[in-house]
Amino acid sequence: MHEVINKKVWVFAEQREGVFLPVVYEILSEARQIADGIAGVLGAVVLGKDMQQQALSLADYGAEEIYVCDDELFAHYQTDVYTKQLAAMIAQFTPEIVFIGATHNGRDLGPRLASRVDTGLTADCTSLDVDEDSGQLLMTRPAFGGNLMATIICPAHHPQMATVRPGVFKAEKCQALPDSCLIEIACAVDSGDRLTEIVRVVKEQAQEEDIRQANIIVSGGRGMGKAEGFALLQELADAIGGTVGASRGAVDSGWISAALQVGQTGKTVQPELYIACGISGAIQHLAGMSGARTIIAINKDKDAPIFKTAHYGLVGDVYQIIPELIKQLNHSHNKTF
Amino acid sequence: MKIIVAIKQVPDTKDIKIDPQTGTMIRKGVPSIVNPDDKHALEFALSLKDSDPSVFITVLSMGPPQAADALRECLSMGADEAILLTDRQFGGADTWATAHTLAAAVRKIGVFDLILCGQQAIDGDTAQVGPQLADRLGIAQVTYAQDIKMEDDALLVERQMEDGYEVIGTRLPALITATRKLNAPRYMNIPAIVRVMAEEDAVKVWSNDDLGLSPEETGLKGSPTRVKRSFSPTPASEVTFLEGLPYEQAAALVNALRSLNLVEK
Repeated sequence: MHEVINKKVWVFAEQREGVFLPVVYEILSEARQIADGIAGVLGAVVLGKDMQQQALSLADYGAEEIYVCDDELFAHYQTDVYTKQLAAMIAQFTPEIVFIGATHNGRDLGPRLASRVDTGLTADCTSLDVDEDSGQLLMTRPAFGGNLMATIICPAHHPQMATVRPGVFKAEKCQALPDSCLIEIACAVDSGDRLTEIVRVVKEQAQEEDIRQANIIVSGGRGMGKAEGFALLQELADAIGGTVGASRGAVDSGWISAALQVGQTGKTVQPELYIACGISGAIQHLAGMSGARTIIAINKDKDAPIFKTAHYGLVGDVYQIIPELIKQLNHSHNKTF
Repeated sequence: MKIIVAIKQVPDTKDIKIDPQTGTMIRKGVPSIVNPDDKHALEFALSLKDSDPSVFITVLSMGPPQAADALRECLSMGADEAILLTDRQFGGADTWATAHTLAAAVRKIGVFDLILCGQQAIDGDTAQVGPQLADRLGIAQVTYAQDIKMEDDALLVERQMEDGYEVIGTRLPALITATRKLNAPRYMNIPAIVRVMAEEDAVKVWSNDDLGLSPEETGLKGSPTRVKRSFSPTPASEVTFLEGLPYEQAAALVNALRSLNLVEK
């Protein structure tokens, strides 16, 4: 048995405009298992302004200790003040493990913070576990464009740190809620610590759905051949109650927004149903969607690698099969009503 | 103005094959390239040099001796100076040890105004060395740059976000990581290729004798993280092909989806 007294597992609870990102709940749910695995205490760390009330909701996802540092300086993410504050907290509380969502901000913060506290950092993890013998955190991530999975350890430095890919873990509320406490932390930074300044924030694609939340995704690749093909995919998505996604090939061809890209360099999705249309199945695409429960592939090349990952395969022309599918799906709805 | 562009030579991951027995990458026959994002970083530096010839660009890399090829390519695109950090002692470095070694080289270079890196490398996809290098040097960082405007000794950077972008202002010196939205990298120019090829020591080579780091802080020894194991991602179950004419295939699929309760019955 290991000496396990009050080992802390921390999740950085990133908020934007006062709202926690979905990845926070996803990591908390997974980190709950990790904390149990090392007989540790799960903590959530909140930097923001007037976040106390919402911070309490993190207990629903298993946080036992909720650290809140309330200051105007933390209202919007800024590299230097976030790094300095978290480094001070890590020095004070010496957590065993720190998880950060691999968002744009998380991937800006994680390495700066790991450097500051002189420890290792594993990027963009898709699987987490505890080694039964050593008690070490096992951090698994794709490398080489998803061609290879690597399990990384950080044996001699503390804390063990990882950024965690959004959309990989399921956010689940705890059955039995932990006895949680809110710990207020004094602000350890001032405005002079900032080396950069946020001049303005511009929102784009605000009305676009986050494909990571979709239950059904109809995705198109280079095999769609033209931008108009995505209008057809939208029709199919409408008929089946799904949303449209794309492979890198389609995005690089300029047919569809990069926000909808699925894959190692795009988003990781785990829908109930994934319909891949004209997607060959490059390993970097598979890295983003192989977690879908049911995968359908429509492709004219019967040797396309996508068929190795698919549950159902339709070999043929997307422009012949998809209109038929739309027709029959709409027909079956009409019969229901 | 002095600019350092940190680049990495990487295997072209489009062509990678994995040995299914050992779960390791088959490096043989895989072409090595300048990491794509790094070319966007270099292009930004070159564009500044286009309008101000006094701009001096140093490209810096750590890697095996053959990484000099990647640096020669950068010289052929228009960089002024290339430095390769190569030493057995640097081998097996994780991002911490890489950033630590690069930081020592930057200090040896001395004066600089701006450091540019690619957002991430296609082999590791970590996006960590840039911010770690900035932290070790104690300078400002802006990641995910999709546009950069220079104003005297300050920069206005559009930082790409998941749902738009932020405009970040920073003074120099600073470290910026470039995304592929930033620009379109130029090609090598022929006279430069000829000149760089003819010059045997076009790429300066620094070993740890030049940096003077302890063996405990570089390479595998200096790396907090270790690869415990690597393996091929597992493919899913066996595929069922739905055959026939398009309308028959569609009907078979709708039936299959119904039986899985994915479509209303």
